[in-house]
Amino acid sequence: MIARGLGRSYGDPAQNAGGEVLAPLPGAIAEPAEDGTVEVSAGTSLHELMRFLLPRSRFLPVTPGTRYVTVGGALACDVHGKGHHRSGSFGDHVASFDLVLPDASLRTVTPDDGDLFWATVGGMGLTGILTSARLRTVAVESGYISATTQRLPDIDSLLAEMASSDDEFAYSVAWIDTEAGGRALGRSVLSRGDHATRAQLTGRAATEPLIVPGEPRLAVPFVPPVGLVTRATSRAFNELWFRKAPRFRSGEIQSIGAFFHPLDGVAHWNRLYGPHGVVQYQLVLPEDRDDVLRSLLAQLAGDRHPTFLAVLKRFGPGNQGWLSFPTAGWTLAVDLPVRPGLARLLDRFDEVVAAAGGRVYLAKDARLRPELLDAMYPAAARFRALRSDLDPHRRLQSDLGRRLAL
Amino acid sequence: MIDALGQPRTVLLLGGSSDIARALARAWARERAGLYVVLAARPGPGRAAAAAELAALGCEVEEVDFEATEIAAHPALVEEVAAGRDIDVAVVAFGVLGDEERAWQDHAVAVRLAEVNYVAPVSVGVCLAQRLGRQGHGVVVTLSSVAGERVRRSNFAYGASKAGMDGFYLGLGEALRGSGARVLVVRPGFVHTKMTEGRKPAPLAVSADEVADAVVRAVAEGDDLIWVPRAMRGVMSGLRHVPRALFRRLPL
Repeated sequence: MIARGLGRSYGDPAQNAGGEVLAPLPGAIAEPAEDGTVEVSAGTSLHELMRFLLPRSRFLPVTPGTRYVTVGGALACDVHGKGHHRSGSFGDHVASFDLVLPDASLRTVTPDDGDLFWATVGGMGLTGILTSARLRTVAVESGYISATTQRLPDIDSLLAEMASSDDEFAYSVAWIDTEAGGRALGRSVLSRGDHATRAQLTGRAATEPLIVPGEPRLAVPFVPPVGLVTRATSRAFNELWFRKAPRFRSGEIQSIGAFFHPLDGVAHWNRLYGPHGVVQYQLVLPEDRDDVLRSLLAQLAGDRHPTFLAVLKRFGPGNQGWLSFPTAGWTLAVDLPVRPGLARLLDRFDEVVAAAGGRVYLAKDARLRPELLDAMYPAAARFRALRSDLDPHRRLQSDLGRRLAL
Repeated sequence: MIDALGQPRTVLLLGGSSDIARALARAWARERAGLYVVLAARPGPGRAAAAAELAALGCEVEEVDFEATEIAAHPALVEEVAAGRDIDVAVVAFGVLGDEERAWQDHAVAVRLAEVNYVAPVSVGVCLAQRLGRQGHGVVVTLSSVAGERVRRSNFAYGASKAGMDGFYLGLGEALRGSGARVLVVRPGFVHTKMTEGRKPAPLAVSADEVADAVVRAVAEGDDLIWVPRAMRGVMSGLRHVPRALFRRLPL
């Protein structure tokens, strides 16, 4: 069996061919403790949790690109957000969690427990079933972000800007136009920000500073018979996105939803990719291997694959999670509609990334070749050994675990 | 596991020296390096050539002796192949055509044709269904024929054997629903291969590579029944309903 949260992972960690998949129980949240920690059930979504915390002037230190993930899923994937360079990933803010081990015993695990804690953080649900967690929260004055947006003409200026001044902002991420090549390679819109203070708010925002994110307003009602993400539409979209962004604008007040979770505004957006679907490819490269990053971007721009959404972020140092994805350096995430030839392209990318000392993100992977896993994740062998001890009969299984022989 | 892009990692080819089986392995190998191919076929130059060709494409190749009519050996063969690794795709690609007139007049020829084209597919089908059902994923691809869809006078022994195996595998696919394992029945028209060499091609004839491309797509899409070329579906659907008196007069 394998536990599943809200099923937002792009990959197959919560799929289990021929086996059982456990659906999450409804969320349950206790009042925050004196020290700012909050005890929540593993099935609580970050959406519910944020709506609970914001009126109490608290916020999560790490939020991924969607609120529709569960605490259990976020912990098992050790998700990251726009603030990784300053505040690390989800597992860095977990005080403890309750885990049902494969032998059906319940354990409360803290970072002091060492191996089991750091094998479970990022362990893709293969060490046990998470039932609850105690999370640290941070104090905020409002539910708004003071955002700074700037347009950058090419990859050189983008990397220089991020390397020199990311640390001045709590949050930072760049959207890259992967369709642009040549001198415009890596042209991008860099979006950074900090939690807005009460004093920064004006107008309606000032009267309701602790606004909570709402439900999606729009939805894609059905899967169109053909994917709508083609070379032509993605070129047009990328061009438009770049042009509509301001050259430089700072101090713009944006809601938490608009800043962190723009896609949450449209339910079932993934249907736009049509019946063949989409894979997201996310890699990280050491900070000094920007040469590889440039070469991969040039290949994407030169390739016939349309790419709608590509984001670049500079990670801070990683944590001790055995299979945790983030490590210091550049992380690039690209949405690629499934088309013939994609397997070859991404296999080639995997090899380049592994050779450069980088890795791909397991939470988004559904196609990596197992041969490359150990090169990307040196602790994979330890992880397998721990699983053999904890789960000799392999009661916990997932398609990801099977595919990558974890 | 078949991954998100529809790519298998391990492929078992029963009748691995056949032209369609080889074309299929080539098609998967082109998409992705490191494909593991088990060539189950009669030992000999045909299998050796297939193995060499696939190794040159970057496949890891294992050769296994397989004789369609040695029914008793099939269960052990499937278990041995699957002992070390899950089977993502198993292809039932063996079959005989032979001389159509001898196939109903020569007792030995007729019985052998029925054994190779019907009894043996049932035998491996049962073994594969058990194994894939247990592992909870994987696809059994079987090469049926449009000849089985409406059996005609000119090759009825062959057509009847294909009709039988086609029905068996469609039913097997239904029986496996919910287990995670699937069955894909492929109904090609006339295919230019060793088996049809020297025969006059029928209309809508295709190459082994065209059949392979269609199967690769169908496995990725999760289809359970395809015709190659696609237009054959309409043609056969029409022919199925032609009255016998008229059908007899058609130059088929």
